[in-house]
Amino acid sequence: MDITALTSRRFLVPGLITLTVLATLPLYGSLYTVILITTILMYIILAVSWVIFSGPTGYMSLASAAFFGVGIYTAAVLMPNTGQLLPLPVVVAIAGLISGLLAVLVGALTLRLRGIYFAIFTFGLVEIIKQVLLYWEFEVTHTRGRFVVLVDNDTVFYIMLGIFVALMLTVYFIRRSKFGLALQSIGENEEAAAHTGINVTMVKVITFGISAIFMGAAGAIMATRWTYIDPYIAFNPLFSFMPVLMAIFGGMGQLYGPVIGAAIFAYLQETLQTTFPYYYMLIFGIVLVVAILYLPNGIVGLIQKLIQRWRKGGSAEQNANT
Amino acid sequence: MLEVSNIDTFYGKAQALWDVSLRVDEEEIVALIGANGAGKTTLLNTISGLLRPASGSVEFLGKKIDGLAPHSIVELGISHVPEGRKLFTDMTVRENLEMGAYPYHAWKQKEETLEHVYQIFPALKEREKQLSRTLSGGEQQMLAMGRGLMSRPKLCMFDEPSYGLAPILVVEAFRAIKSLREQGITILLIEQNVRRTLEIADRAYVLENGRVVLEGACDKLLQSDYVRKAYLGI
Repeated sequence: MDITALTSRRFLVPGLITLTVLATLPLYGSLYTVILITTILMYIILAVSWVIFSGPTGYMSLASAAFFGVGIYTAAVLMPNTGQLLPLPVVVAIAGLISGLLAVLVGALTLRLRGIYFAIFTFGLVEIIKQVLLYWEFEVTHTRGRFVVLVDNDTVFYIMLGIFVALMLTVYFIRRSKFGLALQSIGENEEAAAHTGINVTMVKVITFGISAIFMGAAGAIMATRWTYIDPYIAFNPLFSFMPVLMAIFGGMGQLYGPVIGAAIFAYLQETLQTTFPYYYMLIFGIVLVVAILYLPNGIVGLIQKLIQRWRKGGSAEQNANT
Repeated sequence: MLEVSNIDTFYGKAQALWDVSLRVDEEEIVALIGANGAGKTTLLNTISGLLRPASGSVEFLGKKIDGLAPHSIVELGISHVPEGRKLFTDMTVRENLEMGAYPYHAWKQKEETLEHVYQIFPALKEREKQLSRTLSGGEQQMLAMGRGLMSRPKLCMFDEPSYGLAPILVVEAFRAIKSLREQGITILLIEQNVRRTLEIADRAYVLENGRVVLEGACDKLLQSDYVRKAYLGI
């Protein structure tokens, strides 16, 4: 408990500075920067919300793309380019709730599955929803994809930032609460957790739902930036794998791990894609392999190691001087 | 206090318990003895709600509890210290204990209970901030028992608390169990250490192949030829 209090104070000042820099970004940043940061924030949200559930419990969810995609489609239905039905923040909230509800339903059905079975099922969910939507568009509506209302970049950016802040606060409070302890103990030993009186199914399902809310909300706001979406765009399996890779790349031991991982990853993807359009996937893959081979605890593990070495080196120097 | 009546429990198609009945009265120590695979752990798991009996009933304090979820059964006052400890190995000793107080009513009194548990197991207080996986086997068993007490149970079920412990620590574990009874906690105990168990318990049930084959007061069982031959090797 005191450790969390300590770390939170340590991160309060840098956190506030980052937030101020981000909140004023549209005032001095170029249009490109604002769009780039929006994308980075989206990936951070996906990675951190994935970690909320899969980090402590150890259940590998590959359903991120499903919840993200449901958010996208909700926005497309409620805000077609022919006329917006509801105000943007309301749409984002509804999209989050629908994704959350879907996660609760799916979680209640499948969270009895362990290990690889759960991973495969969640991945199947993405495909199922995609195929159902394709069928529906082909057979019933006779359309392909949908157009979404165009929203200006600053608004998209601020709503994404708002979702990000809400997510970080949620994670912070979960980690400090009794609920967070319960979540962690499920990951360590689910049977023992049940023995100590934790309603393990309920805790898992609720957490799964919370993580999906943020993914859905992020999807809804992203839809307004893409303006055209179809099932292949909305339910792209990359959105299931990316959050996992980003979280592993950043390191899951600390809250800032997936944040840093997602930020670096997203930036890398963007720059590689623009400068080396043909080789970008190859370079990306190499970076990933190297990271997993040499940074088993992610970027955070590396940072911690460096700090330790620096401290040791510093004290050795002091000893030499005296 | 606890009344198990005629339960049959299955693992899939394989029947593990056949028409088992058992009674535990307030402030008793009741022992379950039997060879490996006799169904002792299955019986405890059925009582604590991890398994559901196919037929028969389990009543606790006059209330039917078979069919309730494990967490609801913990809240009613039954604590189950599982076989093999099952600690949260990457949490500290203190966090493990705090998790034991998870049920709502126990959480409110957690500091008080914690002091109490530290009195029973002073070694745990010294190791409060250590990760539980760094404890010795004996300390881990104490921690598992301590965690079981944190929910302030009325009935505590221990599954082989002396398993894998050095002889001197076995004495320690039995001493702790006896002291719990003096504090008004009822105990249902599974043990392989038959002689010592029959010495501290009031009554015992002998399980064989999923059936109760013998039951009675411990001093009687200690005299019985069957028990002496099969379990004490005399």
